[in-house]
Amino acid sequence: MEFFTMCVLAAGIGMALGTLGTGIGQGLAVKSAVEGVSRNPGASGKILTTMMIGLAMIESLAIYALVVCLIILFANPYKEVAMSAIKAVAK
Amino acid sequence: MVHPFLFLQFFRELLHPLGFSEASADAVVYTWLIMIGLVLFSIVATKRLQAVPSGAQNFMEVIVGGIENMLVETMGEHGRPFFPLVATLALFILVSNLIGLIPGFFPPTANINTTAACAVVVFITTHIVGVKEHGAGYIKHFLGPIAWLAPMMFFIEVIGHLSRVISLTLRLFGNMNGHELVLIIFFGLAPFMVPLPMMLMGVLVSFIQAFVFMLLAMIYIQGSLEHAH
Repeated sequence: MEFFTMCVLAAGIGMALGTLGTGIGQGLAVKSAVEGVSRNPGASGKILTTMMIGLAMIESLAIYALVVCLIILFANPYKEVAMSAIKAVAK
Repeated sequence: MVHPFLFLQFFRELLHPLGFSEASADAVVYTWLIMIGLVLFSIVATKRLQAVPSGAQNFMEVIVGGIENMLVETMGEHGRPFFPLVATLALFILVSNLIGLIPGFFPPTANINTTAACAVVVFITTHIVGVKEHGAGYIKHFLGPIAWLAPMMFFIEVIGHLSRVISLTLRLFGNMNGHELVLIIFFGLAPFMVPLPMMLMGVLVSFIQAFVFMLLAMIYIQGSLEHAH
């Protein structure tokens, strides 16, 4: 069971690290967009569109981390190897 | 991931002899449900057209008009020929995101095959549009600004174009699947009231992801329409 404990740990740590930087980046982007809107409310439509594209680009990094974590948890390519190793050790 | 309970679950057995797994059968069946729903709704909305719209016609006119305005704002007038593609993608993705919020329905966009199909459609369209617009000169898009760097730039640009498909696919899939997963876990842990804020978040995520997919599709198509610099 050592292998699966490690997988869950890796998924948790990976998600945490992946979202940490993304959160900071998105916060900075939203901060600048809000400042831009407060200086020139007339340009809010254009700023919103540009911000959305930027946020989507940044967010995809966190989504990559999420997908990798999902692969680790649910579709681990080394699951068969680990299971056969566990069986061999148990014998 | 296989859903615990769905309304159209009996299609799983029907599609099983054709080699569909349970998860893909859900996605296929709900995709068809959404397609039929959208077609029926547009037929109802356009059956009796009036100069002063009301009811379904008014609703559809607001949505389609809004998408058209956004398209012209983003791409300019020469983007109008791509309105059908972009609007279809946006409506389909929006409806299939939102249907997941109804208990007993599965959002097809939480299956990676659906989102990959949409992303591949956008990818192929951008290149067909580019070749149609520029002819053989479209290769200049891949060669970069400096002539002697072109052999290296070519591979970087090709990888960049391929990564667009992956990022379009994974963004939508990851968002919707992650949302489904979080809801399942929350319902397992505390079924009363606790998943409610997450479902509210789901409404936001559905709209934003459909919007982002549409926006990125428009930007990619516009990028292949422009001259290489």
